[in-house]
Amino acid sequence: MNYIFYFLIVISIIAGAINGRLSDVVNAILSGAELSVKVAFSLIGIMAFWLGMMKIAEKCGLISIIAKIIKPITKKIFKEIPENSPAIGDIAMNFSANAFGLSNAATPIGLKAMEELQKHNIDKSSASNAMCMLLAMNTAGFQLIPATVIAVLIGIGYKNPTEIIAPTLLVTSIAFISAILLAKIFEKIWKPQKEETCSNK
Amino acid sequence: MFQQIMQTISLWALPAILLLILTMGLIKRIPLYETFTDGAKDGFKVAINIIPYLVAIIVAISMFRASGIIDLIGQVFSPVLAKLNIPADTIPIMIVRSLSGSAALGVFSDIANNLGPDDYATKLSAVMVGSSETTFYVLAVYFGAVGISKLRYALLVGLLADFIGIVAAVLVCNFVF
Repeated sequence: MNYIFYFLIVISIIAGAINGRLSDVVNAILSGAELSVKVAFSLIGIMAFWLGMMKIAEKCGLISIIAKIIKPITKKIFKEIPENSPAIGDIAMNFSANAFGLSNAATPIGLKAMEELQKHNIDKSSASNAMCMLLAMNTAGFQLIPATVIAVLIGIGYKNPTEIIAPTLLVTSIAFISAILLAKIFEKIWKPQKEETCSNK
Repeated sequence: MFQQIMQTISLWALPAILLLILTMGLIKRIPLYETFTDGAKDGFKVAINIIPYLVAIIVAISMFRASGIIDLIGQVFSPVLAKLNIPADTIPIMIVRSLSGSAALGVFSDIANNLGPDDYATKLSAVMVGSSETTFYVLAVYFGAVGISKLRYALLVGLLADFIGIVAAVLVCNFVF
């Protein structure tokens, strides 16, 4: 991540200078910083709502019921996490919310899963294998219906916007499965976590 | 038919989850209101925790986009991609979709509006945008929430999967459309 951070900023400055867009690049700092805070603040309300709901779901045992149902799958994918951890139920809810395009619910629930995974993490500043797996599942963006894209297509008068669904679903499934497999492969070949050991990327 | 079923499920998924959680909480005699507010307290904390990570990523990406380098990369690669039957218009989407969701959607809207519904580029970019999630944003938010700064292989896996997604989109669209 250190290199990518450096690379993004330095390349931007150099390319901006060459393209004569240096002032745009400088302005982007302010607009980017503002946007970050906007994004974070817009999350507060919905985050509070879902964290509240998930607390009830956890207390009444709903999360552990869900965790039990999907245990055969999660046992393979998330080996290090104890079967009775609420993380498993949270991850299942996060995945379902993503699949149905409820990203408002998916993010807060995913973050709660992240906090549960952090409890099992041996080095609190680096990502555990389970965390990398949860990330892989989320960055692959598995979704049954690409609602926003369909809305745009309808907007331009696309005759049959639903014909986009099947190819998209196929592509997103391929990406999702590859993400899980890749995470599994890297889990084996990457330097394992140790306390205070850094494997920067 | 399939779409109608999916729409109904999408519409009812949220209300159904809420009904289920609250009803089960009531049956188990959980103090609903107290438990809810207790859990909700963390919302603010989590959102604030994310800010430093979001600022780092979003500022860097905003600068990157403002520098015009994405067009430059596009120009370099377009002859190669043209041979693979990939329209040059879709190149910015391939680069941007891991960096910024709103930007990818913006580029897609441009393509759709300029080239119209019958163009292959519109269809290919629709599939590319619809099948992706913004890897850098997810990374910043999820790891930021728990204060993780050493990502290990997470970013690599995310970007590799994005790349596989692009290749799959090209192959599938070539075959279907």
